[in-house]
Amino acid sequence: MAKASLSQHRALPIALGVATFVGAFVLLEALLRYGVVNKYVVPLPSQVLLSLERIVVEENILGRIRETAYEMAVSCLAVIILGVPLGAMLYRWRPLRRAVLDWVAAMAAAPLVLAFPLFLVMFGRSATTVIVMSVITGLAPIIIKTTEGLLGVRPVLINVGRSLKMTDAQMFRMILLPAALPTIFSGIRLSWTFVLISVVGIEFLINLGGLGQLINDLAERYDLPGTYAAIGFVILVSVVFFMLLERVEKWLRPAK
Amino acid sequence: MTLASTAATGALSGQSQLVIENVFKQFGEGPGAVTAVDHVSFDVKPGEFVSVIGPSGCGKSTLFNIIGGLLDEYSGNVMIERERIAGPHKAVGMVFQEESTFPWRNVVENVAFPLELQGVNKSERLDRAHHFIDLVGLKGFEKLMPSALSGGMRQRVSIARTLVSGPQILLMDEPFAALDEQTRLLLGDKITQIQQDLNQTTLLITHNLTEAVQLSDRIVVMTYRPGKVKRIVNIDLPRPRTSDVVSSDAFGHYVAEIWADLREEASRGMADSESARRASSRG
Repeated sequence: MAKASLSQHRALPIALGVATFVGAFVLLEALLRYGVVNKYVVPLPSQVLLSLERIVVEENILGRIRETAYEMAVSCLAVIILGVPLGAMLYRWRPLRRAVLDWVAAMAAAPLVLAFPLFLVMFGRSATTVIVMSVITGLAPIIIKTTEGLLGVRPVLINVGRSLKMTDAQMFRMILLPAALPTIFSGIRLSWTFVLISVVGIEFLINLGGLGQLINDLAERYDLPGTYAAIGFVILVSVVFFMLLERVEKWLRPAK
Repeated sequence: MTLASTAATGALSGQSQLVIENVFKQFGEGPGAVTAVDHVSFDVKPGEFVSVIGPSGCGKSTLFNIIGGLLDEYSGNVMIERERIAGPHKAVGMVFQEESTFPWRNVVENVAFPLELQGVNKSERLDRAHHFIDLVGLKGFEKLMPSALSGGMRQRVSIARTLVSGPQILLMDEPFAALDEQTRLLLGDKITQIQQDLNQTTLLITHNLTEAVQLSDRIVVMTYRPGKVKRIVNIDLPRPRTSDVVSSDAFGHYVAEIWADLREEASRGMADSESARRASSRG
């Protein structure tokens, strides 16, 4: 009885998460201190922890987080605003779908980040370059998943709509879209992962703006603890984005 | 007790609410064409419960889609109150064989859905939805999502959702096919009670013989492919009717009589599918 109540306790997942983190921290610290892993490649976790204060005070971390978060937010919203209608369009027009879906899938696998010199020429060394490149990088999964989700709607639900004489717009808004929502959200999660990696990666490459540039600077200075501390802030921003997405999904999909 | 049957293409009554007249549907063209429904005619009178029964492959579901307006390329006529229908008709409410509740809406939101489409204001649509939820015996489950319900309960939600907009004709395609026998009998009771309370004209497509006899005033027996009307049987069992009727002699007699017809058709269907399987394994 006591066992059952402990395993059902709401705080258990959080406690397990913290314990896993602390366990990994201690394990890595031990491996480095006993020379199993080279200290000159991976810094001591305790040094990374100690460098956090220095990074926050000396490197204007809040401003950098704000810059990166802004680019991430604009890119993440843009992939939804562009990707969902494009996916719906491919669902609606079969010839178009047959013509371009393979290309879209190929786009997801293409290393678009290597085309950064081209975008630098077009948009200059600016946040626009970071956002445009990140949106293009993140578009493919959301388009593919939206099309897949709409194609996967059970025919009986469409027949219910037809039997009720629903218009095309009603059918899309009230049946197709909600039925496809779980798949669309898995597309959003994939797209956002691509976008978040892309934003920091391009900041790093073009040495501009937020956390990506900071990581570049610190790596150039061979400040390994500082570099890893900055990576920690990238993870923190990503976690916040995905927590927000989770909230939105719970609100839109109460049955989840 | 006698079995009253009418000729397959007998005269259709002038008082009929739903008339199916010489309906013919073929899939494909040329030598590979399959005739699913072959000049089928029968009618359903106001307040009557009619079942269409036949073996798998006799075109029952094709007929369901034609009457519901989901299939429009066919010859013949489907008429409601003497008006030939083309496409889904507001007088027909459809209940499908597959689970068709909306998983993103709770029970009351599912049931109120057709009223939402009609622009009925929220308080009225909730009142009407609650009335039909009560009618199908789901009071207390209004706020639950379909994922929290059993298969039988979800099918009752679908039935309530169809009834809420007050269709003149309730058209059901094997709504209890996925349910166990006990649930099927109990849901049959519920359907009988609702049909009697609302004097609801109902057409049930089924392959279940006991279900057809338990519920119907008349049963249209179909042949195996191509689907023709073999005969129409009047079920002269007393109403109001409950599932207790299955233990009566008369019920057994009807089941035996109709099974004699169906067995021949089902055997043809089975032989057909076995030879097709043999041919495909050879090829």
